[in-house]
Amino acid sequence: MDVDGGSTSSDSTRVRSIPIHSGQCKAFLSQFKQQSLPACKPVLTPAWVIATLLLLGFVFIPIGLVTLHASRGVLEIVDRYDADCVPEEFKGNKASYIKDTSVPKNCTRILKVHKYMKAPIYIYYQLDNYYQNHRRYVKSRSDQQLLHGLKYNDTSSCKPEESNNGLPVVPCGLIAWSLFNDTYTFIRGTAELRVNRKNIAWKSDRDHKFGKHVYPFNFQNGTLIGGGKLDPNIPLGDQEDLIVWMRTSALPSFRKIYGRIEEDLEADDVIVVHLMNNYNTYSFGGKKKLVISTSSWLGGRNDFLGVAYIFVGSSAIILSLVFLLLHVKNPRPYGDTAYLSWNRKGISS
Amino acid sequence: MKRFVYINDDESPTQELYCDNRISNRKYTLLNFLPKNLWEQFSRFMNQYFLLIACLQLWSLITPVNPASTWGPLIFIFAVSATKEAWDDYNRYLSDKKANEKEVWVVRKGIKKHIQAQDIHVGNIVWLRENDEVPCDLVLIGTSDPQGLCYVETAALDGETDLKTRVIPSACMGIDSELLHKIKGVVECPNPDKDIRRFDANLRLFPPFIDNDVCPLTIKNTILQSCYLRNTEWVCGVAVYTGNETKLGMSRGVPEPKLTAMDAMIDKLTGAIFVFQIVVVIVLGIAGNVWKDTEARKKWYVLYPNEGPWYELLVIPLRFELLCSIMIPISIKVSLDLVKSLYAKFIDWDAEMIDYETGCPSHATNTAISEDLGQVEYILTDKTGTLTENKMVFRRCCISGIFYGNESGNALKDAQLLNAVASGSTDVIRFLTVMAICNTVIPVQSKTGAILYKAQSQDEDALVQAAAKLHMVLFNRSGNILETRYNASVFHYEVLETLEFTSDRKRMSVVVRDCQNGKIILLSKGADEAILPYAAAGQQTRTFSEAVEQYAQLGLRTLCLAWRELKEDEYHEWYLMFREASSTLVDREWRIAEVCQRLEHDLEVLGVTAIEDRLQDGVPETIETLRKAGINFWMLTGDKQNTAIQIALSCNFISPEPKGQLLLIDGKTEDEVSRSFERVLLTMRITTSEPKDVAFVVDGWALEILLKHYRKAFTELAILSRTAICCRVTPSQKAQLVELLKSCDYRTLAIGDGGNDVRMIQQAAIGVGISGREGLQAARAADYSIGKFRFLKRLILVHGRYSYNRTAFLSQYSFYKSLLICFIQIFFSFISGVSGTSLFNSVSLMAYNVFYTSIPVLVSVLDKDLSEEMVMQHPQILFYCQAGRLLNPSTFAGWFGRSLFHAIVVFIISINAYAYEKSEMEEVAMMALSGCIWLQAFVVTLETNSFTILQHLAIWGNLIAFYVINWIVSSIPSSGMYTIMFRLCRQPTYWITVFLIVAAGMGPILALKYFRYTYRPSKINTLQQAERLGGPILSLGNIEPQPRSLEKEVSPLSITQPKNRSLVYEPLLSDSPNTRRSLGSGTPFDFFQSQSRSSSSSYSRNCKDN
Repeated sequence: MDVDGGSTSSDSTRVRSIPIHSGQCKAFLSQFKQQSLPACKPVLTPAWVIATLLLLGFVFIPIGLVTLHASRGVLEIVDRYDADCVPEEFKGNKASYIKDTSVPKNCTRILKVHKYMKAPIYIYYQLDNYYQNHRRYVKSRSDQQLLHGLKYNDTSSCKPEESNNGLPVVPCGLIAWSLFNDTYTFIRGTAELRVNRKNIAWKSDRDHKFGKHVYPFNFQNGTLIGGGKLDPNIPLGDQEDLIVWMRTSALPSFRKIYGRIEEDLEADDVIVVHLMNNYNTYSFGGKKKLVISTSSWLGGRNDFLGVAYIFVGSSAIILSLVFLLLHVKNPRPYGDTAYLSWNRKGISS
Repeated sequence: MKRFVYINDDESPTQELYCDNRISNRKYTLLNFLPKNLWEQFSRFMNQYFLLIACLQLWSLITPVNPASTWGPLIFIFAVSATKEAWDDYNRYLSDKKANEKEVWVVRKGIKKHIQAQDIHVGNIVWLRENDEVPCDLVLIGTSDPQGLCYVETAALDGETDLKTRVIPSACMGIDSELLHKIKGVVECPNPDKDIRRFDANLRLFPPFIDNDVCPLTIKNTILQSCYLRNTEWVCGVAVYTGNETKLGMSRGVPEPKLTAMDAMIDKLTGAIFVFQIVVVIVLGIAGNVWKDTEARKKWYVLYPNEGPWYELLVIPLRFELLCSIMIPISIKVSLDLVKSLYAKFIDWDAEMIDYETGCPSHATNTAISEDLGQVEYILTDKTGTLTENKMVFRRCCISGIFYGNESGNALKDAQLLNAVASGSTDVIRFLTVMAICNTVIPVQSKTGAILYKAQSQDEDALVQAAAKLHMVLFNRSGNILETRYNASVFHYEVLETLEFTSDRKRMSVVVRDCQNGKIILLSKGADEAILPYAAAGQQTRTFSEAVEQYAQLGLRTLCLAWRELKEDEYHEWYLMFREASSTLVDREWRIAEVCQRLEHDLEVLGVTAIEDRLQDGVPETIETLRKAGINFWMLTGDKQNTAIQIALSCNFISPEPKGQLLLIDGKTEDEVSRSFERVLLTMRITTSEPKDVAFVVDGWALEILLKHYRKAFTELAILSRTAICCRVTPSQKAQLVELLKSCDYRTLAIGDGGNDVRMIQQAAIGVGISGREGLQAARAADYSIGKFRFLKRLILVHGRYSYNRTAFLSQYSFYKSLLICFIQIFFSFISGVSGTSLFNSVSLMAYNVFYTSIPVLVSVLDKDLSEEMVMQHPQILFYCQAGRLLNPSTFAGWFGRSLFHAIVVFIISINAYAYEKSEMEEVAMMALSGCIWLQAFVVTLETNSFTILQHLAIWGNLIAFYVINWIVSSIPSSGMYTIMFRLCRQPTYWITVFLIVAAGMGPILALKYFRYTYRPSKINTLQQAERLGGPILSLGNIEPQPRSLEKEVSPLSITQPKNRSLVYEPLLSDSPNTRRSLGSGTPFDFFQSQSRSSSSSYSRNCKDN
């Protein structure tokens, strides 16, 4: 907004002449009391607004391009496997397939690498139509218990999964109970790709949110088995899959990290994925996807920001051009009080 | 309904019957503070609502967030108001304690004792010394003065600083001071009331102080609590009212809190939001239950039980109710209270509203109604002391048909009069005698020998001063004896009776005995209609009524002086009646008036005095500016019609011909009044379309008829007329007129200076008192007190307007920011299975309303859309405030839409930029919250018109504070958002997203604002542009200040007028000679026409509905 010297109030000039040394604070206070603090009064002049919009456009479009480029530079392979991994005979009733423990759940997927992917390559599993943000779900945990284990007794917040057979459950709550338990192994050519599954959870969570000496207890022992089981000999602080899972997602469609491939993948590599299709998304129509993705400075592939930036930038430029045209064709003399007709009807119309 | 006070009777049961003298102004005690205060706070609907929400939050099944997010702010807000109350109450307690523990001399068991003031009981005899404060209401029984007189200063009671004489009752006259503490008797007095001008009681002393007669007591025989004893060595009196039952204590009441139009609008909007909220809750509640039954039961991981408890259906709606409860900003009340008290402080601090003559600053007693000042539509003003200085100067007189002072404009310098005085003409001497002694003035001999007059009325002061200048000097009043000096000879008069002035009688008289010849004389002075009809049968009063007319034309205040010699037996006969009347307890005032009437007849009218009351500085300009601002003026005065019209003309109240037109409503009988009223109404209806200033003039008598029988039609007239002059109106009529305008939903401002304006001031939406010469009574009752009328301009145009603008922004912005975050929560519920999950954590929600968004907007109290000078030049701009243009449902809809738009922007961008692997809940929440905080900072920036350093500090400092607070919270391992904010701030995505939100959110708003600012500018915008770009500021609105005083311009014109009265009152409509009257012959008032022709006149009166 236009801040030229002339637009500051006349009070300010008067006030500035007050000697600054002794009573600066006093002068400030008295100006405050008289409501005559020097003020800059911006005006929305055409020049200023058009320039701002133009500037906005010229800053946003390059940023958008850079962002989009970074996002496009990210290579990802997405493979939805939940439907295809169901054997033919169960196609009609997928839920019974997943609930039937006797049916083998292993499944093989073949992924083709189209372009050279540079390590580190991240492996995510993606769930769609899965409401980790449901209120019943998101509340059903006990941070204190995760940190202190059995020493912490008040697990009422974990309802309805706070105890089993009269014994407390560690980790309690629906979130832990519904732990995702599909597993993946990756084979390139003949050799198994080494997948690093360490350090996938936030360090702060491992160190401060999940106890180093808290071991799973009485977990998944009930009649209702939810998701995955935990090795009772590994403290929660080292159960990184659990820690990742417990960082609930705000969206009903989300990706969670599974591990990292620390070798480059060449173009035209074929990767065979052996997976255990354990997790039940069939009963509610959720989708499961396996995602193999590189990363950029912006994270994973997401064109939204780039596109939005370009959109906002170009809109700003168009808008500024429209305003420019309007201004040139129909210049308004600013502050012409001749426009003021103090007719009440005029004001009220 | 009486109380009997047994004097000095320690065993009397009355001691127990009435309260002791402990004064208590406290609202609370230590024990009841908490319950009472809480009860008071919870009697407000908003607080009940918040309490309900907070209680619901304790139910963990439905609460979406930690209960602390509501309890915290709620407790904070309650603590703030409770602390304020407690502090006020503590201060009251301290001042009570000081008064209660003051030591006084009281007679106990026949002995004088020094006890604390709080132990005084009714019936005790209290001794006071000079300069003591009176501890309770006392009936005098003795003083040090041999005449039984004492002097009190009643400033604390009624604000009048002159000394008042009080006299002991006749029954106690002459009792030896040694015997006073043995006195016994009974005082029969009414139950306590708050009328400080009345005390209708009787006193009967018991033997041995034999006076079997009942002795009437009046207010003259009392000294009231909080007065000071002056110029009197000691007095003693009987306590009749004590503690909180004194006249002062009874009149102390908690005034009804006034609600501004803006508050009402905010309440209305709150109600609308509440309804909206309920609708949202119901819709989402139903959707949530449907989703739960169709979808959520399939989601095994949510583990919904098949059979829920009975209240299962209510759980989701209640959750949404809690989630949406933030729609109504809990902080708005506190914020508004805070800024309102700051507005009031700005008024108190304003250096330009200090009356430098008296050093008296303006003061806002009521801190809650500043916005109403900006929305005033009607100003009802008193004349004397408000428009005029109330500095009376004797200018002219007419003695037995001879006009003095017409040439020079000052009778005191008129050689003819001086000659007449010197020659000792009887008429002149009598005239001067009435001037000098027909009053209640107390002469005080100062040390230098000069005589100072202490007068209760400015008129009396002016008359006595003038008489003194004409060599008739009143120099001593001791008891009943008056001494005057004429040239070298001294005259003594014994005052037998004073027939006091009342506004009904409109005259006062004294009965004196001339000590030289023993004759009893009645001296009267009063309004012409109260004197001239009672003139002796043969006397020609034509010259006098002409004189009155002529003086009134000049805007002078006139008094007629008269006298009559009484016969001894006539007086005695009358005296008995008078005694009887003055000892009645019921309707005493009326009875006395009736008795006085019997004496005041067959008067010999001596002459007419004309006193000038100058207009205050700047009155015409102020009225002109405010009228341009679209404010309608009504003048309510007790003065004569002609005087009122003349003053009205000279202060731009009404315009002279041909622009203005005066319609008179008068008549001698009811029929005449009603006919004339109908004609006026008809004319008024016709002329509203014409660009003319039409005003009607009505007097008290006609007004009474109109208000009684034609209330509805009169209301219509009131709405049609922008200007009215009501003369000869009583205080209660003034209040009735205010009531009338209020009933038409107009915002009224009443301004006055005297006790007779108090009712009007209290009645009006805004009462302004002028702390003037008539004491502080009006100023005390008023919401605002100012030193001079001209400050009203600044009070309304600067303070009122800014307050309105600021509150309009602040309140709508409060709703905007609450709605913004609430909409995001609602949107989030759509992607969280309509289950009522809160996206934001409790800490953020609490801090959002209390800190992040409250502080930047609070500095909008410094915002000025236009400079003060600009507003003064273009007062019409006030229309935006009057019509409520800045806060109404449609502007509110704009803010509502803005918050909806911003919520969509923030929500869509946040969930898309933070999708997939970034979709961690805490991060998305903080992303969205940062978006809101950034947007609101820019919204405040865009809506701020002038930036001072404080605004920059608050807006940008708040943004920094947001990050600092969140970094701190993020570094606490146990907090839910541990490390989140550090993590976010390291991500380029975060910053890119923030800027995207700001650009996408603010871009359209900036463009829209610019478009409207440039192509559809409001008048405010145009003036802003003119002011800031230094454009040519020439406009119709420029006012050349035109100082004019009665003296210079009006008087030479008017002098010639009485001769050709037909010219002045030339009827305009031949068919209604009585109705339409024009004023002024035109030419002398040319200066009126050169200006502002187009400005004020073209307003149409029904703009209110637009």
